[in-house]
Amino acid sequence: MPGFEIKQGIYWVGAVDWNIRNFHGHTYTTNRGTTYNAYLILDDKITLVDAVYTPFAGELIEKIKGIVPVEKIDYIVVNHIEVDHSGALPALLKLCPKAKLFGTAKCKEGLFRQYYENWDFQVVKTGDKLALGRRALSFIEAPMIHWPDSMFSYCPEEGLLLPNDAFGQHYATSERFDDEADACELMDEAAKYYGNILWPLSSVIAKKIEEIQKMNIPIKMIAPSHGIIWRKDPVKIINAYLSWTKNETKRKAVIVYETMWGATAKMARIIAQGLIDKGIEVRLFDAAVSDRSEVIKEMLDAKGFIIGSSTHDNDMLTSLAGFLEFLKGLSPKNRIAAAFGSFGWAGGAVKSIETLLKAAGIELAVPSLSVKYMPDENEIKSCYQLGVDFADKI
Amino acid sequence: MQKYRCTVCGYIYDPAVGDSANGIQPGMAFEALPNTWVCPECGVAKDMFEKI
Repeated sequence: MPGFEIKQGIYWVGAVDWNIRNFHGHTYTTNRGTTYNAYLILDDKITLVDAVYTPFAGELIEKIKGIVPVEKIDYIVVNHIEVDHSGALPALLKLCPKAKLFGTAKCKEGLFRQYYENWDFQVVKTGDKLALGRRALSFIEAPMIHWPDSMFSYCPEEGLLLPNDAFGQHYATSERFDDEADACELMDEAAKYYGNILWPLSSVIAKKIEEIQKMNIPIKMIAPSHGIIWRKDPVKIINAYLSWTKNETKRKAVIVYETMWGATAKMARIIAQGLIDKGIEVRLFDAAVSDRSEVIKEMLDAKGFIIGSSTHDNDMLTSLAGFLEFLKGLSPKNRIAAAFGSFGWAGGAVKSIETLLKAAGIELAVPSLSVKYMPDENEIKSCYQLGVDFADKI
Repeated sequence: MQKYRCTVCGYIYDPAVGDSANGIQPGMAFEALPNTWVCPECGVAKDMFEKI
């Protein structure tokens, strides 16, 4: 079972994980599975760029064996230490113990803390070049895109950028290239990846893209470590990233709420109608039953967030609280928000929501709305008006 | 002297402590750090820091 040749003499030797449904523990839903992309370069020096997740070590080794004896591997470039890319290394290095590893200083440190092996490791920095024969690899350190150890590798002779997790998607497919995959699903998964993992690192990513653009290096193909390879239109994903780093938004609002007996849900639906009647694109989610990663994806390009909860134990409900904590960590910029909810006696949820949104640096654009038990006729009008007023602020 | 926080990972540069792992002695003001200095925790550049 040989790998798949993506350019002459360069093979995808990764693995498709069709059934994984949760990633990074349970912080990210991978409803379309994922792939772990590793690349084998045949040159005077046989070079592997990245590996795969531990359970797929056997598949990686079999794919390499279909192309070249494993013990012939000279170099292994470790762009990122995370287990989904390095997990196969202990098994692989038993078969090619003379292979030399290349990565950043943080990679060396992290890899040791992960596996406690004293592999032959050479630290590289931005601008360093590794001659492979006919080709070379040059390295670009990319700290916090998305871990301190992260690095991009670039092959000038091929115009091939190997940026590891950047520009990737959790998307299991039999196809390997952007022009073969479903374009909508591809961008949907790229946005989900950015929103849930890279969003808080936007300023770092913007700088790195600018740095690479200034290098004026031709990029004909971007081969990330997850999902589809960009060969037809690598500029498409770079431009999408540039837009996301700038926190550019649409006239869109995402309503996220949690309800006990339906009053807060009722308010949410009326608020939504006010927005819709003003021509705003709306998404509405009950945090208790919704897939958080998908909600975040919808928020990535939404100008407005409207957050609601019933009061329970003088505070907001727990699924929503967890959701807002996660959202705060993503540091969205250039957004506006509103808070609403129902209560029975003292209340508390709306105040907690306001506090958390403020702590996340999100401006409250309209006054909050609290309702005792079920909204009456006037309060129903107030909910609708909140939607209308919020639409005017978007 | 003024402390600075890394906006990416939260590391705090305290001039009274310096950054011994990178050869920065105690007493070095943040502004005086070389432009090649990066956050010792996460590796991002100086311009990603803010005053606290």
